[in-house]
Amino acid sequence: MSVVAPSIGAPADRIEGRDKVAGKATYAFEYEQVNVAYAAIVQSSIAKGTVRAVDSAAALALPGVLAVLSHENAPTLSAEGELAVLQSLEVSYRGQIVAAVIADSLETARHAGQLVRVDYDVAQHDVELRPDHPRLYKPDRVNPNFPTDSEQGDVEQALATATITVDETYTTPAQHNNPMEPHATIAVWENDGLTLYDSNQGAWRVAQTLAPIFGIDVGQVRVISPHVGGGFGSKGTPRPHAVLAAMCAQHVQRAVKLAVTRQQMFTLTGYRTPTIQRLQLGADRDGRISAIAHDVVEQTSTVQEFAEQTAVATRMMYASPNRRTTHRLVALNLPTPAWMRAPGECPGMYALESALDELAVACDLDPVELRIRNEPDVDPETGNRFSTRNLVACLREGAQRFGWSDRIPEPASRRAARWMVGMGVAAATYPARRAPSTAHANAEADGTFTIRITASDIGTGARTVLTQIAADTLDAPIERVRVEIGDSSSGPAQVAGGSSGTSSWGTAVVKACRLLRAGQTEVSVDTSDDVDGGEPLTKQAFGAHFAEVLVDVDTGEVRVPRMVGVFGCGRIINPKTARSQFIGGMTMGVSMALFEETLLDPHLGAYVNHDLAMYHVPTNADIGEIDVAWIDEEDFAVNPMGAKGLGEIGIVGCAAAVANAVYNATGIRIRDLPITPAKLVGRL
Amino acid sequence: MNAYPLRVNGVEHDVVDAWDGENLLYVLRERLGLPAAKAACEQGECGSCSVMVDGRLVCACLVLASSAIDADIVTPEGIQPSAHGELTPVQDAFVSEGAVQCGFCTPGLVMAVHDLLNREPAPSDLAVREALSGNLCRCTGYGRVLAAVNRAAHAAAAAR
Repeated sequence: MSVVAPSIGAPADRIEGRDKVAGKATYAFEYEQVNVAYAAIVQSSIAKGTVRAVDSAAALALPGVLAVLSHENAPTLSAEGELAVLQSLEVSYRGQIVAAVIADSLETARHAGQLVRVDYDVAQHDVELRPDHPRLYKPDRVNPNFPTDSEQGDVEQALATATITVDETYTTPAQHNNPMEPHATIAVWENDGLTLYDSNQGAWRVAQTLAPIFGIDVGQVRVISPHVGGGFGSKGTPRPHAVLAAMCAQHVQRAVKLAVTRQQMFTLTGYRTPTIQRLQLGADRDGRISAIAHDVVEQTSTVQEFAEQTAVATRMMYASPNRRTTHRLVALNLPTPAWMRAPGECPGMYALESALDELAVACDLDPVELRIRNEPDVDPETGNRFSTRNLVACLREGAQRFGWSDRIPEPASRRAARWMVGMGVAAATYPARRAPSTAHANAEADGTFTIRITASDIGTGARTVLTQIAADTLDAPIERVRVEIGDSSSGPAQVAGGSSGTSSWGTAVVKACRLLRAGQTEVSVDTSDDVDGGEPLTKQAFGAHFAEVLVDVDTGEVRVPRMVGVFGCGRIINPKTARSQFIGGMTMGVSMALFEETLLDPHLGAYVNHDLAMYHVPTNADIGEIDVAWIDEEDFAVNPMGAKGLGEIGIVGCAAAVANAVYNATGIRIRDLPITPAKLVGRL
Repeated sequence: MNAYPLRVNGVEHDVVDAWDGENLLYVLRERLGLPAAKAACEQGECGSCSVMVDGRLVCACLVLASSAIDADIVTPEGIQPSAHGELTPVQDAFVSEGAVQCGFCTPGLVMAVHDLLNREPAPSDLAVREALSGNLCRCTGYGRVLAAVNRAAHAAAAAR
């Protein structure tokens, strides 16, 4: 019989919050080192070609410069793709690392970097994504491991015979993650072992990746990352600078600090691929969908393949007997795209949920009702049951909270002074994933408990919720539980990605703590055999976004004074940190709808708006009231906590809700994000 | 210049063997061991490096360190209450309102809120938004930050 108040469900304050507000939380670049040196990255100024020569003389002549590293003197690594730093003369994109300067101070290193002269043989680059690109190809799989295409029934026949059809193309631009903390690494070699103080979403992943690159055992690499200043996917895999930092430290035999600059983050730390998505829907007059086709064109690089799973959510979202999804890529002379918050689901659901809105208009149906009418009983793709699926409940609860019944279906019907007013809705979904992890737990002599796990808290609240999970499993107050994360010496664990952290790490924490409760005092667990098995179920979180927008009739400015998001994400372990995750995701969704776009200069072959002055992320004036709620849901098929991940679902579908509201306000359908004033002005 | 003095949080420091062109943020973080002000954009767009120089809130990355000789510099380390483990009402409000996520923009925001409430103990919502307009946060969507400012202002009013 428990005598301790349960921690799960309590809005506990963030455990490291006090350190963070006091500026006492130590981030990667802030670990003091003896005799430290600084490295600066030199990037290619061409998008395709070969390095002919690197002239380091002027840089080396500068007082304080210790070395210049280039392909001419770099050690040979066992590395591929983006991590094969300085291993080849080939330049595959503008901004690729072609040299590094190591100096006594950062300013000296940066200045010397400008003195390094790199000569190239320039080749003609190809950087423009087009739906008719002659080099489009079909990748073998899409991220992380889905079939590239899917087809059930006869889509073309169903579209040809449908009473109502929608056939539109939606485009989303390249977007850059831009966590507030730039990617940074301090590399220290000692006794043939490598220690990295590094900003990442998975310290074990960094150790596991870098060890073979330098020909050492994973046990010889220690990665320390207790505090990480945001990631949003961009720190999910090690980036080239981490490899470079280790190379530099090895070369000068000193501790080396290397931080990617904000500008360099636009070439070296990943981004969301632009997408071109053709969406076709066929339905009867009552809005019952008979056909869905979602055909995606997107980009990868010539360095390594990244195939975003843009159309995958469409496979299970709505009941329809005939469905097709395809993904085609072209490899361009640009950096490799990578994960950005809800890769796949986020851009894909923008297109699907926009098309649903267009179908609702065509059928003269309420868009909430249209979605409810097409709710499947089982996963249409696999025939599996959903472990839990509360999309309809989210839509109904959201409609009530938002005041959806006040919406006027006829577009451009509501004005408030100079503003055209509209409301929009869209659905959200995200997989509830879980992966193996290890954990260690100790019952200390003083009655406290210590848990060690290579979890990562990039701002999510992972440290706090794992403490709550451990406390409840141990039937102890959270004050007696200490969870130590962000240190690869705690062993293999899932990265903070795919909204799988709480689920994966929590499973290991529960397993370890149950053994302590059974009387053991020191345990190590591995959940490799626990995370699969049982009835095959489709495990997804669901949600619904409601947005009100104001469109300035003269300038085309769009504002979002209020949003409501309702989510079915299993048991909410900590309402305070969960709410922050949902709101943060929705904020990024508004940002995607209205602001974020990395612009390509085809002549230079470069993304040009590479700073926070020109790549617009929201300021406080851009974000209105965001009301978040959740459905009472528990899903023990996902994990023993009954919880689903919730770091990403907040962004999924959000841009569609805003775009649909803009249509309701104005009667103008913008199908290429972001919805900037230039696309509306003169048309209102 | 071989060395120059900087007065940070009331303590005199000597900046030794440094290039005169170094910015204040760099000198604070890399030479004086004061890393609470964060380097996030290094060109004055994000406010993560906010510090006070002679009573004015500035981006430390835009200030030439050697131009701040004789100035009173206050960093996030310098606003702590003297008692160990205690927080200012502003800091406390950030924690309890859930206004902190990754924490990287947080010290800059805390500085900006301290500056605002020192000047204007009961600011309007618009004044709060204006005061924080130079601080970018990628995690929170700002709503909880605004709530924290409200809470801190009310706590201060109740204490008066």
